[in-house]
Amino acid sequence: MGEAIVPRFRTGDAVTVREAYPIGHVRTPYYIRGKRGVIERHCGAFANPEELAYARPGLPAQPLYRVQFLQRDVWPDYAGQPADVVEVEIYQHWLQPEASRDEPRPSR
Amino acid sequence: MSHDPHDENEHEHPHDHAEAHPHVHRSPPRPDLDDTLTYYRAMEVAVRELLIAKGLFTADDVRRQVENMDGRNAGRGAKIVARAWLDPSYKARALADGSAAAEEIGLDVGPLKLVVVENTSNVHNVIVCTLCSCYPRMLLGLPPDWYKSRNYRSRVVREPRAVLYEFGTAIPDDVQIRVHDSTADMRYLVLPTRPEGTDNMSEGELEALVTRDSMIGVTFATGP
Amino acid sequence: MGGLAAGAVAPVAHDYALWEKRVDALMMLLSHRDRQLLTVDELRRNIESLGAEAYDTMTYYERWIHAITQTLIQRGVITVDELGRKIEDVRAREAHRG
Repeated sequence: MGEAIVPRFRTGDAVTVREAYPIGHVRTPYYIRGKRGVIERHCGAFANPEELAYARPGLPAQPLYRVQFLQRDVWPDYAGQPADVVEVEIYQHWLQPEASRDEPRPSR
Repeated sequence: MSHDPHDENEHEHPHDHAEAHPHVHRSPPRPDLDDTLTYYRAMEVAVRELLIAKGLFTADDVRRQVENMDGRNAGRGAKIVARAWLDPSYKARALADGSAAAEEIGLDVGPLKLVVVENTSNVHNVIVCTLCSCYPRMLLGLPPDWYKSRNYRSRVVREPRAVLYEFGTAIPDDVQIRVHDSTADMRYLVLPTRPEGTDNMSEGELEALVTRDSMIGVTFATGP
Repeated sequence: MGGLAAGAVAPVAHDYALWEKRVDALMMLLSHRDRQLLTVDELRRNIESLGAEAYDTMTYYERWIHAITQTLIQRGVITVDELGRKIEDVRAREAHRG
């Protein structure tokens, strides 16, 4: 089955959601693919739903994160307030590190 | 193809955006639809009978499971909220680990992880599952149709303030809105702000103020 | 689904019919760790496979019973043949009840 996957990210890390559009069952919504956000928390490791969807074990378990996005970074015409955010659970294999300075910290 | 009124309800109420909707409209209980067997209802009967014949579960198991879900309503989630309002250390535990806090007061949340998010004077939380309709059913029961609707799932993530306004909930500009999209294994419960004028209320009285919709985040808890 | 244009959210709800509650019960019993005869991930994939038009042609629980049945066939828990025979059997009983 493979060794456990080491979590790559920590709270506060800037990440970008990978852009890829495979067929099959994917739990990364279209609206945040390619978008930049910040890790709000590491949720633990879970079997990969992309594999579970085909009755396969989905192991080794993938680290899962809650990632916070500024709405104005997600929607070009966002009509709400600049501080508004959306928080989405995303599996590690959909995230890439984003080298950055002065990133907005997750709001608490 | 389907004449099921619950689908039609998503379209038959023209909506005036300026009109406040302080309460969820409950459509009247429908006449018993189990008396005409559509294809999919026949499929449900067939699958259930096949699986019982194969010994995978019993008719009693099904009956018990239906009763089990029937017994779940928003009162369970309200217990967590009321306890958190009364006990700051319980609230801190609930915010750190919702599943453990639920179990602490005897509530089973099932295999998934509960995340409790707190509304404050600066932050308002609202929950959605854009991919399907994940919902903390063990605490709140089965979700309402509108939560599962295309309209809610596509719009609340993009224009939460407008959608909340349609529910009669106006969020001031200086309050941050956080939309939580439960795409994976977390389930969310909003801890609404405690209404004014409730200082002398008992835990049971406080529970009665906590509506399902306030724990989804589309409304506030009811006032005293 | 997130972000697509859509109309106002009509805050309606309905009381679930018994057959709908039984679909939900089936899903809970089959996915329970004591049986593990399907996962919600398989159900979701099978619902997604129905396509967007299924939202207009099928109700929520019709989509779910379709996905549950599809998953059981995929898993080899039931065969297409026994499903077809049993559905006809159920419908014949219903017809006789008049």
